[in-house]
Amino acid sequence: MMKNLFSVIALVASSWAMAAGPSVHLDKAPIDLTDKASLQNGARLFQNYCLGCHQMQYQRYSRTFSDLDIPEDVGVENLMFTGEKVGDHITNNMSAKDGEKWFGATPPDLTNVARVRGPDWLYTYLRSFYADPSRPFGVNNEVFPLVGMPHVLQELQGMPYKAYETRLVDGESKEVYVGLSTDGSGELNAEEYDRAVADLVNYLEYVGEPTKLEARELGTKVMVFLLIFFVLAYLLKKEYWKDVH
Amino acid sequence: MFKNLMSWIEYRLPFMDKMNLHVMQYPAPKNFNFWYFFGSLAMLVLVNQILTGVWLTMNYVPSADGAFASVEYIMRDVDYGWLLRYMHSTGASAFFVVVYLHMLRGMMYGSYQKPRELLWIFGMLIFLVLMAEAFMGYLLPWGQMSFWGAQVIIGIFGTIPFVGEDLTLWIRGDYVISGATLNRFFALHVIALPLVLVILVFLHIMALHEVGSNNPDGIEIKKDNDGTVEQTEADKKFTFHQYFTRGGKKIIVDAIPFHPYYTVKDLLGVAGFLLIFAWVIFFFPEGGGYFLEPPNFEPANALKTPAHIAPVWYFTPFYAILRAIPHPFMGAVAMFAAIVALALLPWLDRGRVRSIRYRSGLHTANLINFCISFVALGVLGVLPAEGLYTLLAQIFSFTYFGFFILLWFYSKNEKTKPLPVRLT
Repeated sequence: MMKNLFSVIALVASSWAMAAGPSVHLDKAPIDLTDKASLQNGARLFQNYCLGCHQMQYQRYSRTFSDLDIPEDVGVENLMFTGEKVGDHITNNMSAKDGEKWFGATPPDLTNVARVRGPDWLYTYLRSFYADPSRPFGVNNEVFPLVGMPHVLQELQGMPYKAYETRLVDGESKEVYVGLSTDGSGELNAEEYDRAVADLVNYLEYVGEPTKLEARELGTKVMVFLLIFFVLAYLLKKEYWKDVH
Repeated sequence: MFKNLMSWIEYRLPFMDKMNLHVMQYPAPKNFNFWYFFGSLAMLVLVNQILTGVWLTMNYVPSADGAFASVEYIMRDVDYGWLLRYMHSTGASAFFVVVYLHMLRGMMYGSYQKPRELLWIFGMLIFLVLMAEAFMGYLLPWGQMSFWGAQVIIGIFGTIPFVGEDLTLWIRGDYVISGATLNRFFALHVIALPLVLVILVFLHIMALHEVGSNNPDGIEIKKDNDGTVEQTEADKKFTFHQYFTRGGKKIIVDAIPFHPYYTVKDLLGVAGFLLIFAWVIFFFPEGGGYFLEPPNFEPANALKTPAHIAPVWYFTPFYAILRAIPHPFMGAVAMFAAIVALALLPWLDRGRVRSIRYRSGLHTANLINFCISFVALGVLGVLPAEGLYTLLAQIFSFTYFGFFILLWFYSKNEKTKPLPVRLT
């Protein structure tokens, strides 16, 4: 059993060491939960590009519709494809077993992904695929190396590749990696693609905690109430303590 | 009619008399400062945990299959379920914040010294049960960190020679952490431990009221009625329950009735506390990943170890001591000793002067050393156990225990300042 604890501790230590290894720079995701148009576009992108493999098994269609100001008939018409009811959770029919067989790992549920990974990670990840013929789906990812996921947004972004430039380094000309560059085959230009990913991540952030705006609103009222309560409590205390010397 | 009813009850159950004894005519030293808020705040948080816990239980499903989904159900589909859950999860951290500050208060003013040893022991038992309660509660959402955190902590029991492995089996009720573990932790978390906690809190307060509250000066407010100390006009203004004067053998000086003076003052403390508490609940419920850890938003998966396993922040000082010792069992012993040492404070401290106000500079420095060590260990418990961090954890574990050892030596013949007769 001592060995067991040793191994657990060693595991923890090594995982820390891994985490402390080469870290990838993450771009800041432009999150704005009050931007309904962005959230709606994010929902549209999710339904069209993600739901095939990834579920949101704790989020209901009706919740998304009402929170994002999508009229129910418009939502049913445009965002629901397989005859679910609006009260249903946002799920697909891919079994976990099939997912594992096809991709090497079951595509994770995305309800809480923004809370697990953070929006910045998602925003950078979805913009970091690049062509890598050695991988089963022909793509790799700079943020999540050797990821089993294909570049599902290729239709929008085109196929990015690692771009090199010939530069003079210490008097020698060398190939220097300068970043990802797309082949231009996508429907969107680079700026539009960033915007689309931002919308999608914005939506994922919303789904992770649909009550966030409600909490902020209620929280502000509670804080105002408590401030008044604090002042009154202070005055009450002062009044009573007048006769303590 | 009402008066008759009241006296009928009073004759059979002296409710008003007990209220007078413990609230309206309980003599409290008049010089309580900021540090004396945390006892009542701990009570407030306990009530918060019990009430929100009751409502969470109405929708929580204690099973390996249903737990995670039911928490998400509470967060999304139950009206104000998110608020109840955040109040409960933030409340757990708040509980430790106020309890740690409450304990520090006791250490600063020597509240554990004679005759308050039993009071302190009850407090330490509360702390112990609270840790068990928090640990078991953290398994219930059945997230990744719930599972793996429990794995590591139960593993600590496995380091005990000979019986360790059987002990972990007995705790888990299975060969791995499973639904069986979850169900028994649920039973203990919602019934057994809260019951014990409430009983201990009751005993803590009864023991407190028997010996009376200490105060920042660390001197008694109940003096022998032998003429050495006279009551002033201000002292005679208030009526205290005759129990405290021991039939005229004691006189009470510099005291005020708990109610209304400290009830209104504690109300101010409650308002201040709630401002911070609500601010976290509504705007930063994850507490920067320290109150709710990000991997816990992923369901428990026995086949996938999260990248970082760190216990919740309130365990990290002790966790750092555990990891600082290269031998697992000795590490566990050291961790346990770190808590036992606190419980033994009334006997490790051989001084007669209670408050740091009148103790030596060495004692103040030593107490500061303790605080720094505790906080540093807390930080190191979150960081990876490697290289410099391990060395630092070893150094601070040494200074942590050093506090108690030094205290035992210098407290016997400590050079203290003269004590005042009356509260300052």
